[in-house]
Amino acid sequence: MTSVSAPARPAPPDRRPTIPGRRRPSRPTPRAVRTWLAFLLLAGPNVALLLVFVYRPLLQSFYYSTLQWNMGSPTARSVGLGNYVEWFQDPTTADVMATTGIFTVATVGGSLVLGLGLALLLNRRLKGRGFARTVAFAPYVLSGVAVGMLWLFIFDPRYGLLSAGLRAIGLQSPDWYTTSPWALIMIIVVYLWKNVGYVALIYLAGLQAVPLELKQAAALDGASSARTFRSIVLPLLAPTTFFLTVTTLLSSLQSFDIIQAMTKGGPLGSTTTLMYQIYEEGFVTGRAGYASAVATILFLLLLVVTVVQLRFVEKKVHYA
Amino acid sequence: MSVQNPVRESPVPAAPQTPTAASGASSAQHPGSPVDAPPAPSGAGHRPTGGRPTQRTRRRRPLHLGAYATLLVATVVMALPLVWMVLASFKRPDELYSIPLQWLPQNLDLANYVQTTQSIPVGQLFLNSVGLTVVGSTLKLLLGLCCAYALVFLDFPFKRAVFVLVLFTLLIPQQITIIPNYTLVAQLGWLNTYQGILVPGLASAFGTFLFRQHFLSLPISILEAAELDGAGHWRKLWRFVVPLSYPTIAAVALVSVVAEWNDYLWPFLVTDDAEKMTLPVGLTLLQSVDGMNNWGVLMAATVLVTLPILVVFLFLQRRLVAGLTAGAVTG
Repeated sequence: MTSVSAPARPAPPDRRPTIPGRRRPSRPTPRAVRTWLAFLLLAGPNVALLLVFVYRPLLQSFYYSTLQWNMGSPTARSVGLGNYVEWFQDPTTADVMATTGIFTVATVGGSLVLGLGLALLLNRRLKGRGFARTVAFAPYVLSGVAVGMLWLFIFDPRYGLLSAGLRAIGLQSPDWYTTSPWALIMIIVVYLWKNVGYVALIYLAGLQAVPLELKQAAALDGASSARTFRSIVLPLLAPTTFFLTVTTLLSSLQSFDIIQAMTKGGPLGSTTTLMYQIYEEGFVTGRAGYASAVATILFLLLLVVTVVQLRFVEKKVHYA
Repeated sequence: MSVQNPVRESPVPAAPQTPTAASGASSAQHPGSPVDAPPAPSGAGHRPTGGRPTQRTRRRRPLHLGAYATLLVATVVMALPLVWMVLASFKRPDELYSIPLQWLPQNLDLANYVQTTQSIPVGQLFLNSVGLTVVGSTLKLLLGLCCAYALVFLDFPFKRAVFVLVLFTLLIPQQITIIPNYTLVAQLGWLNTYQGILVPGLASAFGTFLFRQHFLSLPISILEAAELDGAGHWRKLWRFVVPLSYPTIAAVALVSVVAEWNDYLWPFLVTDDAEKMTLPVGLTLLQSVDGMNNWGVLMAATVLVTLPILVVFLFLQRRLVAGLTAGAVTG
């Protein structure tokens, strides 16, 4: 009796997996078709839009970059890598790259330093810091052209708020819009004002993750607060710093709105960054082929940044 | 706090910075509320106050004055330009262009706003912006939700590949797509049309990504129960998945609203008819070519562009910041 009941017991649980297993070859079609259909209906529209408006233009842009072709013109001539050669040989390229470099380094470095300072301040138990945090973050959500416009008024050499402030301390306001180094400085200041709150908020989160015990232990060992900051807080913030470097670098390289609202790349091209050059060549001069080559160069630059980030992330995963 | 979890958790597998951004989201949960002052002694607020913190505070007291001064300066620098913009929008020309600066307008003169409405079709621009923002964000949200649902809950052979396809678009900057997209939109005859502004930017990559991360964290048992009840995918999505995802949906929706409202480059490229423009594009119409700007009118228009988003930000700050800082993780 016992020998019969023993194999009988595992039978029912055994049957359950075998039935669908056996059925799979016999009736996959209706269910698989339903899943296919559901997938097509649910994911299809989004994927189709991505293919048409992101992947197609990506490839097409590579193709355009090999053409001598004006925007809207029916005729195009293949020039191979001619556009790239022209870009590398063009004397203005050095200026554009220098402007891009200065703008990027100043905005990334500036927003990291100022953002960390602001975060340290907001991390202290001060009255009104919640309000300060709100105020600091607000510009980040505003339209770039509106921010540019509003600062253009502040920078007005005669009637602006800034010139009044400079007059008060006995200085004369430079002509921000039309003189060469000042226009770029103006753009950098505005970019920093708009984005510093975001950096501060991310740093603030990083600071709040620093264990209090570590700071207390350092204090017990007699470390000054500056020393604690340098030897404990800053190294612990390294992943945050790295992350912010990459994101601010990417957004700085792509910034357009503020430049368009304030200087339109001028005076004399002194605020023309790589991004602005794409717009200018493509839509003002109308050399769409050449602009596509510049766009490809910018894309490769951004890709390098991202790849470096991803590789670094792989190594740093366990650290964070 | 627990309501926030979905958004906080969502990007976890993405990058090591996630804890940063995630706690960034949480740190913004009590913006400006007095609640956050007591339980947060210099950062990590786990510890109830013992003897030592008080000592440290006492030792630091002289520094407090400097800290308050710095905080005040920082707040003024961040807030003054916005205050100045609002004040200037009410000033008459003689108040704007007076050489010893005049801080306050004599009275709330609406002449600049009136002149703005005469220079550009503000009402139409406002409607365009609101309409495009609402329709654009809604469609984007729907596309993202459906796509993420399919990527998580449907057993489909090429699921992984489709996900990578979606994810990789986050690495492709808009700049490289503008010329080919402009050409396509022009060929379709969509220049100066709403669909021309709307459709090319509709696809959801970031939203899909966030939703997917969140869906993966949902208890699978609920969906299995739904399946036993015979619920189809559509019903499962709306009756079971969406109600469990409101915080993530709110964060993604707010980020989309802000992005759509502020979007400038693309609408600027495809419209030159003022009747079809959005507010930010219309704003640049007011700029004069010769550089002699009418600041009163420009500031009034700038107020009109920024005020709606500022209001959204002030009332829904927590969710918006959660979305924006989560968005940062993916660049």
